[in-house]
Amino acid sequence: MSATENKSLNSTLPESKPGSGQISGERLVELYRTMVLSRYLDQRVWLLNRQGKAAIAASAQGHEAAQVACIEATDPSRDHYLIYYRQFTAMVALGTEPEEMLRGFLAKEGEPMSAARQFPLHGAHPRVDLFNFSNVIATQLPQAAGVALADKLKGLDAVTVVYFGDGASSQGDTHEAMNFAGVHKLPVIFFCENNRYAISVSIEKQMGIESVASRAAGYGFPGVRVDGADVVAVHEVTKTAVERARAGDGPTLIEASVERLLPHTTDDDHTRYRSTEDIEQMSKRDPLLILAELLKRRDLITESQDEEIHDKAKKRVNVATDTVDAEAFPNVDTMFEHVVENTRGHA
Amino acid sequence: MAEMTVIEAVRDTMFAEMRRDDSVILLGEDVGSRGGVFLASDGLIDEFGESRVIDTPLAESSIAGVALGAAVNGLRPIAEIQFADFMWPAINQLIGEASKVRYGTNGVKTAPMTVRVPYGGGVRGGLYHSQSIEVLFAHTPGLSVVAPATPYDAKGLLATAIRTNDPVIVLEHKRTYRLVKGEVPVEDYTIPIGKAEIKRPGTDMTLITYGLMLHYSLQAAEMAAANGIDVEVVDLRTLRPLDADAIAESSSRTGKALIVQEDTPAVSISSEVAAIIGERCFFDLDGPITRLGPPEIPPMPFSPIQEAAFMPSPEKILDAITKLAEV
Repeated sequence: MSATENKSLNSTLPESKPGSGQISGERLVELYRTMVLSRYLDQRVWLLNRQGKAAIAASAQGHEAAQVACIEATDPSRDHYLIYYRQFTAMVALGTEPEEMLRGFLAKEGEPMSAARQFPLHGAHPRVDLFNFSNVIATQLPQAAGVALADKLKGLDAVTVVYFGDGASSQGDTHEAMNFAGVHKLPVIFFCENNRYAISVSIEKQMGIESVASRAAGYGFPGVRVDGADVVAVHEVTKTAVERARAGDGPTLIEASVERLLPHTTDDDHTRYRSTEDIEQMSKRDPLLILAELLKRRDLITESQDEEIHDKAKKRVNVATDTVDAEAFPNVDTMFEHVVENTRGHA
Repeated sequence: MAEMTVIEAVRDTMFAEMRRDDSVILLGEDVGSRGGVFLASDGLIDEFGESRVIDTPLAESSIAGVALGAAVNGLRPIAEIQFADFMWPAINQLIGEASKVRYGTNGVKTAPMTVRVPYGGGVRGGLYHSQSIEVLFAHTPGLSVVAPATPYDAKGLLATAIRTNDPVIVLEHKRTYRLVKGEVPVEDYTIPIGKAEIKRPGTDMTLITYGLMLHYSLQAAEMAAANGIDVEVVDLRTLRPLDADAIAESSSRTGKALIVQEDTPAVSISSEVAAIIGERCFFDLDGPITRLGPPEIPPMPFSPIQEAAFMPSPEKILDAITKLAEV
């Protein structure tokens, strides 16, 4: 589905200025590199789980295009990102080093997000304003409205992007956050990665309507559904939403249709609830294959350059794995720090 | 010094803190033109405008969640939950999220937010305008919980809460709002979190309490004094962290401890205070650690005679004092 089709089908978004959402061929190749690196790292984490070294992992495989394209449309030097547990590729796209990612999954000393107190991808990023406080679904949405409210009061033009899945769209906090953001016309982008499964519960059992995006009408701001495997399309709708937010025109709800290529987490088995046919079908919508095909069709990379990209990513992941695997766990003493300011916990 | 009520002290403190620091905002239901249902925020919107005094939709989880997000991004929000009984939808954003922001980010993010909550009964509030909700919050590492009972303490503790770089729950007993008057200095001052105060010195026993029960206990102590029993009354003021040193010092000195609370006793503040005394003062006691609270039924009946039967009163407290003194 192209961006143009998206608009005619779903969007109440204003038309973007010609060229404003364009993404250069050079940047497309960069995004592909990020996606390939994320994929190898993601596969490695899954392997480390099977080796008994990573206690838990949630994969972003199938969500990569949506995540890199959304980040590409924002400005990490001033924007805020409230992520959830499946934002693996977004983390890589924001410059998180493979070693830093692996320290999260292996709970090693020097883990940058939470000092290995939390699950992987939880805590706060050391360099960009990205955070994820908890495992509880949809709590980040009202928080995002609060972050954006503070920017509005301070007169800043920063944008707050908050990510959530189709499962989170059922939560009361999602409604409360969108309602509040709509009332105050806050610069928030509600970015839903709809992979059609809340663990095992399929979308038909989650909602009585076709699309999460259509709910935006109930809050007074635009909602748009986009093919989450299409980097160009996701970038374009996100760019439009970013411009709208920076101009003070309020929130946008973006629903990116993606595939969850692996089970919910390393503790799940999706063959218990997905048909063989469903699993085969979704594998054809692998965003890496789709983007690789596009890049080759447009002569942006050759077959051998593609191989190089893959080799480089593989080697990078191998180096990071060897480094982090040899590192120590944090010592017990650090668990008493940062309960409240200037104390080591209180009674 | 000026004599004022608890509600006036709360209001004056919000005015002062919002003048002192542009990053302080107030959000909650009806806090704008209505001035709050108890008039705690009366006049604030006129001075600070709609951008800093925000009438929210009727949705408590987002009141807490938006306050948390704003706090993380540099503001110092005061979130007002209209009645403690309506706090439960906000629990996840407070106990689940706000309490662990500093810890879960290894100190990178902080949540300097204050949640003001009118709580407690004796106002014909029935089951849903009378609840005491302190225990869940006081159980949660990462939160601080204060329960000022006098105008002086309300000003000092609310100012501290707003300036604290972590979430603080401020429990305001709604029966004290207009019932309790006291002298409050005009100048700026703060009261540290975690410090109890001896509100009445005494030698025969230690009565430990907080909130509205402080005032009932002080009345009971005066009645007991007429009978020759000299009761020391300790006002906890902060429920997390409890001032274990003050509790233990006084209990050891007098040798007897009575804990009085309005909340139902099972697994409550009085349970924890009793445990502290048991652990620290065992060899100094010459009587059983005694607790007085309401019966274990949902607080509290709307019907007036039943409500009175539920609530501890100065007379019931005097009775407990007398019995313990006879041990």
